[in-house]
Amino acid sequence: MKLSVFAPLAVMIAIGVGLGVGLTNDPRALPSALVDKPLPDFDLPPVRAEERGLSHKDVKGEVALINVFASWCISCRIEHPTLMRLADQKRIPLYGVDWRDRREDGAAWLAAFGDPFELVGEDQNSKLAIELGVTGAPETYVIDRTGRIRYKQIGPITEDVWRDVIEPLVLSLEQEAAS
Amino acid sequence: MRGNLLGAIMVLFTTLMSLDAGAVLPDEVLANPVLEARARAISKELRCVVCQNQSIDDSSAPLARDMRILVRERLVAGDTDRQVKDYLVKRYGNFVLLRPPVQADTLLLWLGPAIFVLTAFGGFAFYLRKSKDQPTITAPPPLSDEEEALLKRANEDAA
Repeated sequence: MKLSVFAPLAVMIAIGVGLGVGLTNDPRALPSALVDKPLPDFDLPPVRAEERGLSHKDVKGEVALINVFASWCISCRIEHPTLMRLADQKRIPLYGVDWRDRREDGAAWLAAFGDPFELVGEDQNSKLAIELGVTGAPETYVIDRTGRIRYKQIGPITEDVWRDVIEPLVLSLEQEAAS
Repeated sequence: MRGNLLGAIMVLFTTLMSLDAGAVLPDEVLANPVLEARARAISKELRCVVCQNQSIDDSSAPLARDMRILVRERLVAGDTDRQVKDYLVKRYGNFVLLRPPVQADTLLLWLGPAIFVLTAFGGFAFYLRKSKDQPTITAPPPLSDEEEALLKRANEDAA
């Protein structure tokens, strides 16, 4: 029997393996088109009437996180304790965007679980969300000292994600800013 | 009888209309039918980033609705179809287009099927050619004198 008889089988296996590897990719892990681009201009109204909202001007000069959350977002509850810890330790300024939410609901949510944010704006019509390329909540943007988006975290910031992904990046950005 | 027919036509008509309604809600529809038609055409080409395999025209996800409204706002503001799509591509990447553009990193995607078909036909043609070059049935060599004598004797014996 000639070896070339097995060629079609080999090709089939190669295609199968290729497609199989493709299946293990996470379709939600989308590369952000905005990484390394400056934060877009925005001016969001506040969630709590007595406060001021959130503008791009507030997020400048410091490495900071912008967190897109909502009262209807289940995974936001998962990351909330981590955000609260970071806020308690004053590790990094956190800014909140209450996305596609009713103001009262967003405010009640923050009152119930704690408010880790320096400032919170609300984005009912996805105006900022689309500017930022948001695909779902929660999403968190790492902003460097010059006001550029450096990373987008899709999904909750658990303690693991903070320790393994976000914190190393934040540290290097702080180094970058200092030098 | 006539009323029934008219009624049936109307039912058919409204059914067909609603079939094409996608997920667009009445309050999103633009007053200008030309702009609305363009908005629908663009929306069919844009991916709902939440549900991923639906266009924003088909998807009832809240973000898809906000994107449909944004598409309409930009058209009203005077954007071309191209500008509207580019606006979203700038924020979401080419992923937001249901029909990816032909460019260096998508060439394999676009040409892949043609490459497969050509390889398959090429391989098949090669196979056919090869089997023609080597005929499987060859004429037997002529009998030797010894064999001829043997055959002759056998025939005589039989007779």
